[in-house]
Amino acid sequence: MLIDYQSMSLWELLAFNSPGWGGALLSGLALSLQIAVLGYFFGLIIGLFGAIGKLSQNLLLTDLLYCYTTAVRAIPELVLILLIYFALPNVINDVLYSFGFDGVEINGFFAGVLVIAFVQGAYATEVIRASIAAIPKGQIEAAHAFAIPKYKILYRIMIPSMIPHALPGLSNLWLIATKDTALLAVVGLTELTLAAKQAAGASKQQLTFLLAAGALYLLVSLLSEVLFKYLIKRTEKGQTHGS
Amino acid sequence: MGHETARKTRYLFGIRWLFPHRMILLVLLCLLVFSLVTKLDWYWIAEYKSAILSAVWKTILLLVSTFIVGFILAVPIGLVQVTGPRPLAMVAHSFCSIIRGTPLLLQIWIFYYGFGSVFPEIEGIRESFIWPFLTSAWPYAFFALTLSVMAYEGEVLRGALSGVPKGELEAAKAMGMKPFKILTRIWLPRAIQRTLPIIGGEVIIQLKATPLVATITIIDTYAIFSNIRLETYIVYEPLLLMTLIYLILAGAVTLIFTFLERQYKNR
Repeated sequence: MLIDYQSMSLWELLAFNSPGWGGALLSGLALSLQIAVLGYFFGLIIGLFGAIGKLSQNLLLTDLLYCYTTAVRAIPELVLILLIYFALPNVINDVLYSFGFDGVEINGFFAGVLVIAFVQGAYATEVIRASIAAIPKGQIEAAHAFAIPKYKILYRIMIPSMIPHALPGLSNLWLIATKDTALLAVVGLTELTLAAKQAAGASKQQLTFLLAAGALYLLVSLLSEVLFKYLIKRTEKGQTHGS
Repeated sequence: MGHETARKTRYLFGIRWLFPHRMILLVLLCLLVFSLVTKLDWYWIAEYKSAILSAVWKTILLLVSTFIVGFILAVPIGLVQVTGPRPLAMVAHSFCSIIRGTPLLLQIWIFYYGFGSVFPEIEGIRESFIWPFLTSAWPYAFFALTLSVMAYEGEVLRGALSGVPKGELEAAKAMGMKPFKILTRIWLPRAIQRTLPIIGGEVIIQLKATPLVATITIIDTYAIFSNIRLETYIVYEPLLLMTLIYLILAGAVTLIFTFLERQYKNR
């Protein structure tokens, strides 16, 4: 069945149901956001433990973490995606076969989350390390003096007092995470960018759909900026400046 | 003097290597590299050597040219946001927001596939002298990467220009310098000098963005290794060599900027 896309208006092209491609774009956006949220979340967890490791007295751990953050900051995300998408499953399966297990298959969604989390983890390590270092030493020492257990110091004192310092950096990281999901188009995951490309190719209305995807990305980043600005303002309440 | 040399031998690239665990890590790294070199297949390197070198050269050329052109064009964008009339500042600000708020891959595709499909419909464009440019891929890649540098560096320069102490500019004015001369002799050099570390980081980010042009048929480092993977059916080795090449390029950028920072230290 051939559809005459040339004679359709903009709103017909972007309509939610077929033959419009709006629904495909929105489900691509949903996939992008899912990957971004999960990758960001796991990246923050990696970053938190990475920062604690980097600030620890363990020389080996700090060196290994230094290698991790330096490597991620130097290797293009596109190359990391290839490494995790193609090389990692091969390595895992080789190891599994040599132990006599069956191979596993890493699906696109999982690999995408893995890549984003791996990249975000490295950047988040740096952001969180700097914000933990900005907490006045006396607070932590006071907590130690009260014999508060270490894990409790972490979640009752260190994390709450580090958040105001970390939020601007973390908001930047979230924007990077949403934009990095677009790279997964290269390995064939139908997130927003590839969905737009497919719609563009099928309808021969290249500019319309690619610009529509751009508008959606812009909307997401503008909304996130507003949200983070609100959060920053909220956490800054009661903080003393310039002291 | 003797103290100086002793310090120099213990520190190389600002890192102290003589901790026991670092020596063990280095030995392990050497073993890993040795086993990778001997165990894996590297016969294809001889065959593709010239192609790889020209592709790496293309990556470097793309990085340097887009960054320099983009940076020069970013100066007015940063400037109007600091001093300019309000409407111009708003235009510059929204330009930055739009470019920074959308993925670079999508921008490259918008220019190459989107505008590239609109151009042929313009009357008489096929006979004009710009048609050969519009049908090849590199102008689109250059344009998209330059725009991206403009937006990001415009934002960096906005902060840098407003961070230059007011007194220095007033002193220049008191000396009778014309506004343009103040900009090129005092304001801009001081702003760049103070933000050199940030600019170095931005160059590396731009280096990491260059492989995206492989998606619009430009044969850069990333694309040549994809071709090698497809032609030889070898999975790991090209990926490892490509990773190594990008690591070396990023290391070179870091070294250059460390040198520049030392050269133009804040005195």
